[in-house]
Amino acid sequence: MRYLPKSPADREAMLREIGAASIDDLFAVIPEEFRLTRDLDIPRQMAESEIVDHFKAAADHNANGYASFLGAGAYRHYRPVIIDTIVQRGEFLTSYTPYQAEITQGTLQAIFEFQTMICELTGMDIANASMYDGSTAAAEAVMMALRVTGRDNVLVARSVHPEYREVMHTYAQHQGHDAAEIDYLREGANAGRIDLAALEAAVTDQTACVLIQSPNFFGTVEDVPAIAEIAHKKGALLIVSIAEAVSLGAIRPPVEADIVSLEAQSFGVALSYGGPYCGVLAAKEKYVRQMPGRLVGETRDKQGRRGFVLTLSTREQHIRREKATSNICTNQALVALMATIYMTVYGKQGIRELALQNLAKAHYAAKSFSHSGKLLFAQAPRFHEFVLQTDEPPAQLNQRLLDQKIIGGLDLSKWYPELGHATLWCATELTTRENIDRAAQALAAASAMATR
Amino acid sequence: MSTVTESKFVGTSRKVTPHITQNEALSFEKSSPGKKAYKLPPLDVPEVDPSALLGDTLRSHNAQLPELSEIEIIRHFTRLSTWNYAIDLGMYPLGSCTMKYNPRVNEFVSRLEGIAEAHPYQPESLSQGALQVMDTLRQCLLEITGMDAITLQPAAGAHGEFTGILLIRAYHESRGNARKHVIVPDSAHGTNPATAAVCGYEVVNLKSNADGGIDVEALAQIVNEDTAALMLTNPSTIGVFENQVHKIAEILHAKGALLYMDGANMNALVGKTRPGDFGADVMHLNLHKTFSTPHGGGGPGSGPVACKKILEPFLPTPVVARNAEGRLYLDYNRPQSVGRVRMFYGNFGMFVRALAYILANGPDGLRQTTEDAVLNANYLRAKLEDLYELPYKTPSMHEVVFSDKRQTRNGVKTGDIAKRLIDYGFHPYTVSFPLIVPGALMIEPTESESREELDLFVDAMRQIAREADENPELILNAPHSTRVSRLDETTAARKPILRWRPPAPDATATTEP
Amino acid sequence: MAYPAQYRYTREHEWIQVDGKQGTVGITDYAQESLGDIVFVESPKVGDKLEKGKVFGSVESVKAVSDLYSPVTGTVTAVNQELATAPEKINTDAHAAWILKLELSDPSEMDSLLDAAAYEAFVKEETGH
Repeated sequence: MRYLPKSPADREAMLREIGAASIDDLFAVIPEEFRLTRDLDIPRQMAESEIVDHFKAAADHNANGYASFLGAGAYRHYRPVIIDTIVQRGEFLTSYTPYQAEITQGTLQAIFEFQTMICELTGMDIANASMYDGSTAAAEAVMMALRVTGRDNVLVARSVHPEYREVMHTYAQHQGHDAAEIDYLREGANAGRIDLAALEAAVTDQTACVLIQSPNFFGTVEDVPAIAEIAHKKGALLIVSIAEAVSLGAIRPPVEADIVSLEAQSFGVALSYGGPYCGVLAAKEKYVRQMPGRLVGETRDKQGRRGFVLTLSTREQHIRREKATSNICTNQALVALMATIYMTVYGKQGIRELALQNLAKAHYAAKSFSHSGKLLFAQAPRFHEFVLQTDEPPAQLNQRLLDQKIIGGLDLSKWYPELGHATLWCATELTTRENIDRAAQALAAASAMATR
Repeated sequence: MSTVTESKFVGTSRKVTPHITQNEALSFEKSSPGKKAYKLPPLDVPEVDPSALLGDTLRSHNAQLPELSEIEIIRHFTRLSTWNYAIDLGMYPLGSCTMKYNPRVNEFVSRLEGIAEAHPYQPESLSQGALQVMDTLRQCLLEITGMDAITLQPAAGAHGEFTGILLIRAYHESRGNARKHVIVPDSAHGTNPATAAVCGYEVVNLKSNADGGIDVEALAQIVNEDTAALMLTNPSTIGVFENQVHKIAEILHAKGALLYMDGANMNALVGKTRPGDFGADVMHLNLHKTFSTPHGGGGPGSGPVACKKILEPFLPTPVVARNAEGRLYLDYNRPQSVGRVRMFYGNFGMFVRALAYILANGPDGLRQTTEDAVLNANYLRAKLEDLYELPYKTPSMHEVVFSDKRQTRNGVKTGDIAKRLIDYGFHPYTVSFPLIVPGALMIEPTESESREELDLFVDAMRQIAREADENPELILNAPHSTRVSRLDETTAARKPILRWRPPAPDATATTEP
Repeated sequence: MAYPAQYRYTREHEWIQVDGKQGTVGITDYAQESLGDIVFVESPKVGDKLEKGKVFGSVESVKAVSDLYSPVTGTVTAVNQELATAPEKINTDAHAAWILKLELSDPSEMDSLLDAAAYEAFVKEETGH
């Protein structure tokens, strides 16, 4: 077996040193009736070339070579080559949580830079070293708000990603917390945004927090200051979830929020059929001791040299056990490193330039597609996603696009049946005008057929 | 940085020679306005006026991110990387973390275009390859664990524990009573009680017996109709197989309670015995431990949860299923499901790597892997137990736990020995865990170490034991050969500095190393 | 360090000094010694009701957390704000660095607490020397 660094003679010699007659002696403690005496029924050992072939075949059964207008919490952006060059260095790839600071300063300094960048982008005071993903980060933010306020009720905007809401409900339901949903407006200048009147009516002095997403699931930017005012009037915290990190290059940071939960997948992380991605929590400084997840802090060694350590670890499960802020143990360090490299590559000017390209592409796509349907929520500001309502069912329309090797918008009927035949579209800097025009033509063919 | 003269060593490291590393400031400190490492393609659609489109939601000031060129960025992160220890450099015997070799073919196949660029919402007809990976991995893991059903959704081990306890809760609720408490042995990892608490259960602590295992009689006393489950780590955190595990399962089952198995130590069992056969009802696996996906400086992990038939209806949605025509699809129609624990389907990129590892091994390779892991731990035990206190004499599986009892006579504690190991060119073992062993040294070599590397480690540990007798100061001030010496964690926690801030404009400029 | 004779002590290593119905509470020198460098003190708020033997806060060192148990029942009247920025005061002089003051609901509860000599004996027993 090519990963095992022992010769048969090594094994024999080591058994002799141990004083065991055979390897089975070392497993004698397992009761005989539970010992496996046959081979596992799994595929046989493969050569490296066969493994590569196996996965190439799998890749060929996926959507290779398609143009795509999918977003909805997973975004296709260009990944600079140096990201994979750096993260595949064994010193990053094959080390673990930096418990021993003296020999993990590389990881620790990179995380410290990551925390700083997230603070800069979100306008928060502190950020942690990453969480599993955006959905669990939002759920952990809600748990954090429940601890901070000591209150029981949670309000969630219906315009938060439906799968984020599902995760949040899974987390909250077993702690006896009640989570109610606040609808979005269907009509008027603020259509697509949370219904502020409904929110105001629902917030009470028992509300721990209000969870919104901005840009929300429809791509619409929420009025964060107004929502914050409503929440704060009753002493509730505002949590802003951001599923599209690139939006922070162009959209005003949610500085009025108490906690920001971010999905950083857009920052150089491959789509990879949904994971691994990179959640992050950022917050106002006063909540630092209620924050779950790892934190890296700056300090000095005995000679006064700057160094970094994991800090405030008494919040964590390995010390506090059942009283911990969360049961989380690992984070997404390597993915956070990808995001750190990405933010360093684009830098202060690049993130904005990139975000504005996304804005322009989506604006052009929305305009082009609106000839074939109704652009919903057209008046409120939005980033790079939009909802198109059509006469034709999404499945039918998308099939015609697929014939042209284009993956169309996401069918929203499962989550928002009230919108009828509605699809969610996304354009990024990787979406070419040519593909937008092709998709618009294919869509128009349908509406032509429908009017005939 | 301090250099070490050989004379400072009572012993002499055969593994390392100090060498030069580069200094490197924070990227923010190296930034200059106008430098760029990116170039966007020309905009091929009409330009837009952002303030017209975004109004008062437009960002007014750019975030203060660093501005650097590409060569500076490569050097920045490459220099940082050289400050890390890693499996690729040598033995990393962090107990309960299973720091084994991370095969590079795993990285290669996970980056194939059709895999890396697959969007989670692309049509199922265009996702058959991804679903096939999930389905094959599922079948392999079920065969390895001896379980009936599995979810791949949890993002890490602790997330898997959370999912597993939710399944148990849903099961009990479906029978009319969620029950009140979860029993956790005092030897358990801190995630176990934290998980039970997060799932709304009271934690009942169970004291270990004289052998460090489950006290079966004490267990029988406390299990009752309010017990939802026992969370058992097997092999335990002291590396010992619970040979009464079937009896433990019987005691629980007799009262309607379930057995949760923490699969953190599965590297000791694969191909040799199956949790499903010895009575576990539900367990999580850590793909980043047993199945070689990289630890990456602290993640990403992946924590599939396998269970018996009785728990299958409660698995998170969606699950991969096959329709009558043999096509794979995602099944969302699961009315009794506990719900989602994560968006999409889990850390798919880790599924690819874990499956590549399983295919590279096959049944014979996986068995040999387990045998070598257990052989290595027992070899270290045999070579060190004359100098280090072995608190439990029970046979070791994949890891061995010593205590610092003999070295503390000279004021040297486990944390000090760990720091001294760094000077000898090794990553330390796990310090002060499990809690049932005061001053624990928890050593898990894994199968990835050759006899030569193990002998170097033994050599280092034996020399440190001698230093503890002859020159304890040397150990107490270790490490001597690193970029930074022991860092002031107290000040870091009292006055936390969690982000960089630009120096005040009038401050006198100081250059950081 | 000597344990002041006018204080009373708990088996959870808190001390209390009482003047009429006014009590002052801190942790003992033994407690600070075994915790090591204290980095954070989590205190209740003025007006909070404490119950004898129940947890009212915690003290943290870098790698450990210790719950604080109220020696008596009462209502918090003051919290030592100094500890928020300088928790190390407890390490310097545990018997002077008070954590909170409270008004006792039932001064007779004091009778069940240990005096200095009994506490010292208890600590000796616990540490095994």
